[in-house]
Amino acid sequence: MEKISQKTIHKYLRHNKHFPHVWCPGCSNGIVLGATIRAVAELGLKKDDVAMVSGIGCSSRMPVYVDLNTLHSVHGRAIAYATGIKMVKPKMNVCIVTGDGDATAIGGNHLIHAARRNIDLTVILINNNIYGMTGGQFSPTTPTGDIATTTPYGNIDPVFDICELAMGAGATFVARTSAYHAIEMKSFIKQAFVHDGFSLVEIISACPVIYGRLNRKGDAPEMMRNMKENVITASAYEKLAPENRENKVIRGILRNVDKPEYTKQYAKLVESLKPKAEDSNGN
Amino acid sequence: MTKKNKEKEMVLLQGNQAIAYGALAAGVNFFAGYPITPSTEIAEILSLELPKRGGSFIQMEDEIASISAIIGGSLAGAKTMTATSGPGFSLMQEGIGFARMTETPCVVVNVMRAGPSTGLPTNPSQGDIMQSRWGTHGDSPAIVLYPNSVKESFELTIRAVNLAEKYRTCVVLLSDEVLGHMREAVMLPDLDDVNIVKRIKPNVPPEWYKHYKNNPKYRTPVANFGEGYRFHVTGLAHDELGFPTNKSEEVDEMMDRLDNKIKHHVDDLIQIESFMMDDATTAILAVGITSRAAKAAVLMARKLGKRVGLIRPLTIWPFPNDIIRKYFSEVKTIIVAELNQGQLYLVIKRIMAYKKKRRIVPLLRNDGELITPQQILDVILEGK
Repeated sequence: MEKISQKTIHKYLRHNKHFPHVWCPGCSNGIVLGATIRAVAELGLKKDDVAMVSGIGCSSRMPVYVDLNTLHSVHGRAIAYATGIKMVKPKMNVCIVTGDGDATAIGGNHLIHAARRNIDLTVILINNNIYGMTGGQFSPTTPTGDIATTTPYGNIDPVFDICELAMGAGATFVARTSAYHAIEMKSFIKQAFVHDGFSLVEIISACPVIYGRLNRKGDAPEMMRNMKENVITASAYEKLAPENRENKVIRGILRNVDKPEYTKQYAKLVESLKPKAEDSNGN
Repeated sequence: MTKKNKEKEMVLLQGNQAIAYGALAAGVNFFAGYPITPSTEIAEILSLELPKRGGSFIQMEDEIASISAIIGGSLAGAKTMTATSGPGFSLMQEGIGFARMTETPCVVVNVMRAGPSTGLPTNPSQGDIMQSRWGTHGDSPAIVLYPNSVKESFELTIRAVNLAEKYRTCVVLLSDEVLGHMREAVMLPDLDDVNIVKRIKPNVPPEWYKHYKNNPKYRTPVANFGEGYRFHVTGLAHDELGFPTNKSEEVDEMMDRLDNKIKHHVDDLIQIESFMMDDATTAILAVGITSRAAKAAVLMARKLGKRVGLIRPLTIWPFPNDIIRKYFSEVKTIIVAELNQGQLYLVIKRIMAYKKKRRIVPLLRNDGELITPQQILDVILEGK
């Protein structure tokens, strides 16, 4: 295993003309980018064997910075594009970088069906509770009551629990962590890459410039502190008195099971249809 | 089709079957689709045949996912296709634009049914002539083919796949409900005689590779994902390397490249059939299934001593403006027969506008039934 240093990270970045990046000060996306690169490097994956696919949104700008096979597709459809890549090159490690709006609103259908198929895709879902790129409209994960530019009177929509959604749809590896827990994040992303089946890592993240400002969540360090205190393990959650559980989110690996993987099932089907020597008479 | 020694026999095929077998002959090895009448047979046949040949078939959750998957599959190196009809074709428009913008080869088959909306799912129409050209947002050039027989459905499917590879774009193959479902005896070609366009692999070191190199011949060598080139693909305006740009000169260059690669190769792209046009004073313009009735009408009119001919573009877009102007330079009456509210009629009116003394008569039908030869003949006789 390669020792990961700042230098390693630079080996995975495209330096020609793409920096400075588009993300705001205090945004969590850079932390996720760093963790993803560390995960790929520590696993010793060849750059040529990794595809990074995204949709549209702040998080979806990630692929352009990374020296991998990168596809910045259209809004909501990253998982469907990735499905095509995986079907044609099943040996490729295909990951999707997406956000709460991209993956669970416009792309919700593709998310649940890829999970149902248990196709070996790794979804890195950065949940910042808002549409950041378009300036702060509410997403399916904007907490009820919160302010967004399209919920000026407070959000009346109930929210999605993304991990529950993925598990309900059949995802076989589901984990949640936050941008504060960077080491854990890297570990989960690594396990998601290794997992043979559909995997999703939800990363609770901070958007201080838009979501934070609209909802008076404080500056970037303040939002970091919030993640540290509120995104907690299941055992810490259990120890809390019920009245203190409000606003707490459980982090950890929520599901890790083995089920037949889609492209392997397809390969088996192809294998079973190959003409056998003794069957040449059509028997 | 499945056995080599059967390939030269006469076979009875349905139009949709011919498209599926044409795709296999052209080397399509990944198909993603979603069921919709009247195109479903194409997916059914490919779900049967592709796994037998080591290719991949997937039924996606909707048409948006289908077009997305075939673009992803194409970037990974496969020859890819999807098939749909009106409502699904509407859903695919964003993906079609993405494929054109990112110069990713793929083929979308649209077996037209009567619209708008759910319309008449089991009836023919030619209502998507304009949608196949302008359906996606923004300006982008289109290549659209439309056969008029089962045999041609087979041939033009191969051509569609080849043109997609050659011009690195999404090619649309139109068919219609009657063409898709009717059966005709077809002599399929020997597969060795089928011309297949293959992607040219780059032979430069990865650091020199430009996925969108401006190349006047437009046969740019192109890498696939996982082959050492690690290029970037985005629907944002991009430079030659594929990276986003908003510099106007780079955007201009990109838009010119997309436009010119079609505009400068119209001769290669256009296929057109003319029938009895030599001495014609009346010409019928019809495409697809309507051209069959038109041909019958021409023969009926000729028996009555009328000098009538037929022009039938097989390439709908780019529209063969110059060739058609030439054919129509001497005729007095042009009858445009089509199963819609006058989509080709408007094109003909526009391109023939420079000649004022020309009668252009629309013969339109959009009730889900075909135009009959007699209907066309009636219009021919009225005009005299």
